Amino acid sequence: MAFVNLKNREVQVKIVYCGPGRGGKTTNLEYIYKKFHSRFKTEMVTIKTQGDRTIFFDFLPLGLGKIKGYDIKIQLYTVPGQVKYNATRKLVLRGVDGIVFVADSMAVRRKHNILSLKNLQENLATYNKSIFKIPLVFQYNKRDLASQGIPLLPISTLQKDLNSKLKAPALEASALEGKNVAETLKRIILLTVASLERELK
Amino acid sequence: MTYCLGQPELDGIEQILKADLIDVGVHCVFLIDMAGNIIASLDNGENQHDIYSLAALAAGNFGAVSTMAKIIGEEEFSLLFHKGQKESIHFSKVLSDFLLITIFGQEISLGFLRLKVAEAIEKIKDNLGPSLGV
Repeated sequence: MAFVNLKNREVQVKIVYCGPGRGGKTTNLEYIYKKFHSRFKTEMVTIKTQGDRTIFFDFLPLGLGKIKGYDIKIQLYTVPGQVKYNATRKLVLRGVDGIVFVADSMAVRRKHNILSLKNLQENLATYNKSIFKIPLVFQYNKRDLASQGIPLLPISTLQKDLNSKLKAPALEASALEGKNVAETLKRIILLTVASLERELK
Repeated sequence: MTYCLGQPELDGIEQILKADLIDVGVHCVFLIDMAGNIIASLDNGENQHDIYSLAALAAGNFGAVSTMAKIIGEEEFSLLFHKGQKESIHFSKVLSDFLLITIFGQEISLGFLRLKVAEAIEKIKDNLGPSLGV
């Protein structure tokens, strides 16, 4: 639910990073925060358990500058990935404008990716939103683990499992090393802003 | 759903927040939607907070408490208030999709604040309602 403030000429947009637990959603935000530190006026907010797992959400507000005379403020959120935290995950998705689905490339996590995507579809449906219509970008994370001999899912398998019907943009990434983290963010911002423009016309 | 509010509505809301809340001693007040977007915010010039983070956390907090209410069979908890040593924070729902958050010190009693918040909300509803088709 983006909000356009015609008085201050400001648009506030909500982008949420979803995906299975331990997939790298928080690491994406931490990298963005570290890399573009000078652009943030505030600290990144995280609500974690003692075991360092996201229990509610991480939050990072990002000023994009002006597009067509409007100040674009992007609010980045992550959801908790673990299955048991569905109630809080659903709350964070309220009013979402764009989604990055961070999939875990490790072969042992194949089922978790599929279940997490299905859960996302169900949660969006409770807000009368369709996963087929909302701006969405896939990020196939942890590709760097291949060099350590950890079995990874081939991109073709990830595409078939997750993106065969959705046909959303997909990027290979390593959130830990920062590979394609900024590119993923750029893609989802472009898609989301374009979708808002269409909606407002 | 994307929604727009123009200068007359936003000016109206700010006037209400100033006259009914800031002018009676509230430190900081902001109106947000349930997605955590900030619609209007005002402070007394002395107590400035990171309102973007506060808005995100307030929306999440309110959502979490509402879900707790439903689990125990309540429609909602009508009073949501956190008391601090120097400053306290009060949450109030406005229509179905908005929240009014007030941060205030010890110089105002909770009862008086609730009264002023209730008055401000009635006026805000008149302001927001037509723009949102409610």
